[in-house]
Amino acid sequence: MIKNQASRLLFVLLVFQTMLYAQSEGMVSIKGSRYLPLYGRDSTVVAVKDFEMDVYPITNSQYVDFIKKYPKWQKSKVISLFADKGYLVNWKSDTELKDSEKPNSPVTYVSWFAAKDYCECQGKRLPTIDEWEYVAMADKTTKDARVKPEYNAEILAWYEAPRTNENTIGLHPENFWGVHDLHGLVWEWTLDFNSVLISGESRKDVDKDNNLFCGSAAVNATDLMNYAAFMRYAIRGSLKAKYSMKNLGFRCVKDIPNEFNSSF
Amino acid sequence: MKHLKIIFSVLIMTIAFTACNSKTSKNTSEALAVYQCPMQCEGDKMYRVAGSCPVCNMDLKPVEKASKVLETNEISEASIFNLTSKWHTEEGEEIQLKDLKGKTLVMVMIYTSCKAACPRLVADMRNIEAEIPKENLKDLNFVLISIDPETDTPERLKAFAIENLMDDEQWTFLQGTESGVREFANVLAMKYKQISPIDFSHSNIISVFNTKGELIHQQEGLGVNNKDTVDTILELTQ
Repeated sequence: MIKNQASRLLFVLLVFQTMLYAQSEGMVSIKGSRYLPLYGRDSTVVAVKDFEMDVYPITNSQYVDFIKKYPKWQKSKVISLFADKGYLVNWKSDTELKDSEKPNSPVTYVSWFAAKDYCECQGKRLPTIDEWEYVAMADKTTKDARVKPEYNAEILAWYEAPRTNENTIGLHPENFWGVHDLHGLVWEWTLDFNSVLISGESRKDVDKDNNLFCGSAAVNATDLMNYAAFMRYAIRGSLKAKYSMKNLGFRCVKDIPNEFNSSF
Repeated sequence: MKHLKIIFSVLIMTIAFTACNSKTSKNTSEALAVYQCPMQCEGDKMYRVAGSCPVCNMDLKPVEKASKVLETNEISEASIFNLTSKWHTEEGEEIQLKDLKGKTLVMVMIYTSCKAACPRLVADMRNIEAEIPKENLKDLNFVLISIDPETDTPERLKAFAIENLMDDEQWTFLQGTESGVREFANVLAMKYKQISPIDFSHSNIISVFNTKGELIHQQEGLGVNNKDTVDTILELTQ
């Protein structure tokens, strides 16, 4: 009898625990850790906390919903401080995509300001570079596949494919975390993309970027992985927040409240 | 049950609107009376005749004429006064950037524990100030924004101001939130990265804004010739 009650209690506890922090819809949880990114703080390991990430990039149809709710992001209403002229050029009106665009393709031609506000309006945020790269270094079976030649070769093959922004989401297999399309579909905005201190004039306007492009890090970059990652960092370094690009979309992440965060 | 649902969804909508839909007040046709849904169900959509909103069925309200008077004062699209982030000054006041309206702004982003470039950037700011005639200073505001809001509290900024003899009227120091700072840096196309708990790498940019908050001039680099910057400021404060 007592044993029965105890096991019932245990059962209730177990059920309750999973209910305490229910995973958000369309997101998967990512278990944080320390890792060595291409460009870390002091070129050393960075710590990533537990968080949740969208399984797919935001699609055109999700963006249509957003824009109907928040008209200030419609292309005729958006202010020039927050988006350049290319913003949503592939839309035929404020709320409609051109007929050639697929609802299930990733939304592109969006500025950082728009992407940031989209996520915030869903109670989420953009991922940091460190978070994005952390999830993106996984392949189907391992968290850190960067040492595997086939992982790198696959990414580079995807990078070579043209006009991938016209594809639909979910065509690439999910990775270890259950996240799709980090590579091979579109580039993605990150919250702190402007922390990549490389630009045409980096020797002039930045006080010390020798731990970025010019210095030792670049010289040490020997394998293909670094080449793919270099491309991503170089693109981030070349962006401005109001730019809208054909092959640049985004996805959101969400913090896991501290009491459920087990990594630190 | 059904009523509850409706009430609930209306509630959600109000919350959603107040939370994120910072009102976009754009110029609209002035001559005729225009009507708009009070809930802005269709955004800024205007109607020429009174009636009810096709989405929520509420009566359309005439759009107030008052906005017309405001128009001369209106913030342009490219103005930094569109940003709604909140900041604390070195005096502990809470402000938004639009509270700085009316003066020519010379802005730079620094952090006070910086040992390398910031002292020189701050010196550059002081050099610029020194070249401006006294009578122009009243129309000017030199604003130093911290990229390290965690360390640079209003108290610390005040101490820094006193220490560097930058505590006069024309100097303002701002502490923001992490996301507010990141957003503002992006407006200036300024890059920065925390490289250790006390150190940042960052671009060295001094930006000049006119009284409406529109970016007029940027000076990049350390110890560069500030003639263009000074000329721009003199032109703006004439």
